[in-house]
Amino acid sequence: MLTAFLLIPAIGALVIALLPRGRAQDARWVALVASGLAFAISILVFVQFDRDQAGYQFVDRFEWIRAGDAGFSVQYALGVDGLSTPMVLLTGLLSVAAVLVSFNVSLRPKEYFAWLLVLETAVAGVFLSLDLIQFFIFWELELIPMYLLISIWGSGRKEYSAMKFLLYTIAGSALMLVGFLVLGLTAGTFDIERLTASPPTEAIIPLAAIFWFILAAFLVKLPVFPVHTWLPDAHTDAPTAVSVMLAGVLLKMGGYGILRIVLPILPDQAQDFRVLLAAIAGFSVVYGALITLRQRDLKRLVAYSSVSHMGYVLLGIAALGPVGLSGAALQMFTHGTITGLLFIMVGLVYDRAHTRQISELSGLMHRMPLIGVVMIVAGLAALGLPGLSGFVAELTVFLGSLEAHPVATIAAVFGVVLAAGYILWTVQRVFTGPPNERWADLPDANQWWERTAMGAMLVSILVVGIYPRVLTDVIESGIDPIAAIVQRGG
Amino acid sequence: MGGLEELHHIAPVIALLAGAALVLLADLVSNRRTDVQWLALLALVVATFMACWQVLAGIAGESALGGAVVVDVFSLYFTFLLLAVAAAVVIVSSDGLQRVEQKGEFYALLLTSTASMVLLAQAQELITIFVALETTSIVQFVLAGIARDDRSSEAGLKYLLTGAISAAVLLYGFAFLFGLSGTTSLAGIAEFVGTGSEETRLALVLAFVLVAAGIGFKMAIVPFHAWAPDVYQGAPTPVTTFLSVASKAAGFAIVLRIFYAGLGGGDTFVAEDWAKMFAVFAALSMTFGNIAAIQQTDVKRLLGYSSIAQAGNIAVGLAAVAGGSTLGPSAVLFFLGTYAATNLGVFIAVIAVSKSIGSDDLRDYAGLLKRSPGTALVLSLCLLSLTGIPPTAGFIAKVYVFNSAVQTGENWLVWLIVVAVLNTAISAYYYLRWARVMILDEPRETVAFRPSLATNGLLMLAGAGVLFLGVVPTPLIEAARRAAETLV
Repeated sequence: MLTAFLLIPAIGALVIALLPRGRAQDARWVALVASGLAFAISILVFVQFDRDQAGYQFVDRFEWIRAGDAGFSVQYALGVDGLSTPMVLLTGLLSVAAVLVSFNVSLRPKEYFAWLLVLETAVAGVFLSLDLIQFFIFWELELIPMYLLISIWGSGRKEYSAMKFLLYTIAGSALMLVGFLVLGLTAGTFDIERLTASPPTEAIIPLAAIFWFILAAFLVKLPVFPVHTWLPDAHTDAPTAVSVMLAGVLLKMGGYGILRIVLPILPDQAQDFRVLLAAIAGFSVVYGALITLRQRDLKRLVAYSSVSHMGYVLLGIAALGPVGLSGAALQMFTHGTITGLLFIMVGLVYDRAHTRQISELSGLMHRMPLIGVVMIVAGLAALGLPGLSGFVAELTVFLGSLEAHPVATIAAVFGVVLAAGYILWTVQRVFTGPPNERWADLPDANQWWERTAMGAMLVSILVVGIYPRVLTDVIESGIDPIAAIVQRGG
Repeated sequence: MGGLEELHHIAPVIALLAGAALVLLADLVSNRRTDVQWLALLALVVATFMACWQVLAGIAGESALGGAVVVDVFSLYFTFLLLAVAAAVVIVSSDGLQRVEQKGEFYALLLTSTASMVLLAQAQELITIFVALETTSIVQFVLAGIARDDRSSEAGLKYLLTGAISAAVLLYGFAFLFGLSGTTSLAGIAEFVGTGSEETRLALVLAFVLVAAGIGFKMAIVPFHAWAPDVYQGAPTPVTTFLSVASKAAGFAIVLRIFYAGLGGGDTFVAEDWAKMFAVFAALSMTFGNIAAIQQTDVKRLLGYSSIAQAGNIAVGLAAVAGGSTLGPSAVLFFLGTYAATNLGVFIAVIAVSKSIGSDDLRDYAGLLKRSPGTALVLSLCLLSLTGIPPTAGFIAKVYVFNSAVQTGENWLVWLIVVAVLNTAISAYYYLRWARVMILDEPRETVAFRPSLATNGLLMLAGAGVLFLGVVPTPLIEAARRAAETLV
């Protein structure tokens, strides 16, 4: 089943590549069917996932590079636990949304949709991999489609931003490979499950070095201060759908990697550096929020708010307790849907007004009430209003981290206040206020694909906000074993 | 001493040399230029059949001609590799030899060079090694200068001067080895090294540093690399292709043979010395090659520096061999196999582009995707492979080599790998910039072109190979492992 989830988008991409030139516009339908099927599978996985059973489910595996030949073994191994199941669901949901919001792409549509589907496969592979080398392969595989999607279909300084994204990621992940290889030598396997079961106690280089080698890649991806500068550029210049994927699922690969690989395999080092991590997290939250306040470009504003919000993820992780870790995992899911929706809305505004400068926009509520309302709901969710999903996640993070890191937590709570500031201020400037004659003719969100994408995201935000157990049940079944390992290590 | 009845052990070599002679004769009588090309190809096919026959006849493992040569899986691995590369070069030469008038001589020299490289892979005795190596080199000096224009002549002369010095250094190293052990056979030297004592250590270290320096020239590792950028740029592109793929593979083959079979692999008292030597060479080559490549605008020169950097990657594998890694030799062999496919793809694309637009300038690759989609796609794929990004062969090769170094359990080798992966990040910059120029930039001219049928076929084959080995690496890994096992 998981193999199907991985392969269906890839097959879709192949079908698109084989479409005759005259039928290029049909590529979007193929992409919709492929991502829709994958989404259906991800829902099926989520529903059928046994919440009372620890460990990996739906496992598919075979030995890809055989130890007998190469002297080391690399597996093709897929599986989900309570941590990855929500991520798989998120990937399925956002991929459909990304395809939908791209329905009017007319520049080289075949290649566009094909790369979008390849991107989905790569990201899904990261969340499903149970083997370090396989994980690394998918981690790197995501670079090619992302680079092309930003640099061909983006706007502004798109080539610069795409290259910056690429080099940051490659530089970050280079050292990760060294860390993986040393772990593989020490434990005699690259299997994540076996490594988690018996974490190495010593290796040929200090374990702390391995810890930072691997963590560096994830911190760049998350991203946190000071390695975040690629993010605003990439977001601002990427097409809407790619921003959705980037904020919604690609950033999550960083947090996921820390939870899946760094904490369970190197728990002692995580304990040693917890204060430093909390400090980075708290600083990122406040710094990101302050920078966000100063943005004049609507999309850049949302991008910087991501830096702030991903700081919560790291804060929850640094708490190293079950509550904080659950909060981090929950925050990854909710941030994916909320910020994904925000980027969709910004994209819709930009499609119509052809500007993202906040100072030029005013009184859009009168022209596009639907876009305005959804944007406000998404904004309120982002600032953590009770009843919406962002609140649950942030509260859980704070509950988990307050005792462990009081100073960083208080700083992060201050970040929420700032978030309220930048979101309400933005809404006021862009949507309320006197209607501007210049925008008198703008239509509302009137296409079915736009409304479907908005609706799907909105539903997920409301459902998790009102009844978080639907998600926390699953997450806890995945987080508890990790928390147990980390606390035993301490 | 072996008699004539043992000649079938070097049947591929004989076939190639006979082919070279026939090519020269045919060139005298025939006026059609394609005739000699077909004849050269035929010689390579015959040689391949001979090699296949050697496999089937079950003579693998036998040494012949008084212990001068051996037929084993290791030599066969390289024989097939070299023959395939030579065949590709011959085929692509119909597009890449505009600057060359003496086509007959070109093919004859190519066959001679291939023959001596095959012999080199089979050699297990110092004098045979030296003779084979020098035959290869001297032929290549002529090949580099065969276009008879300024650039090509300069390349040939530079190559000759550096090569001559290297030969002297190598011979000096061999003299030490012979003086110490009293024999020229690698097995005999291995025996001596195995029982050697601390007193001979300094002399031995001196000997193998000299040997490594002499062959380092062939492999183009820093600090014996200075010829590479000039020769790569100046020589006709098919010759450059041959140098960068075949000649480098042969260099690494003989280094593996000498150091692994002759100096006893990773378990002798001098092993750590030569491990560190190769580690230093590797770190220097990667760093220098990559940093210098960043500024290049001529693609052939860029590939010259890139090949220095890639030699550094392979040298990591050599350091791993010395560090006692059991994976080291097969990692090096696997890397060379994938590198051959990848670099062939790159050079064939360069030849195709150069023929159509008459330029090797990176800026003229702008918008290649619109002008010749197939060429641009395969070239981009090969560049990804050189960088080491999945799902290409280059990725598996890098992981394999780096992993073999880590598997030694020596922590200084892990730091070498840190240098190596950081270099990968640097190399991403210039490899991917090239791909970016082709895919994203607007073309200066919009005339579309198609490479000739043969070139196009080879290009697709190389691209398919790079992708196939990236997804299904097992067959080549198994071949590399079996070849490596026979070394010990």
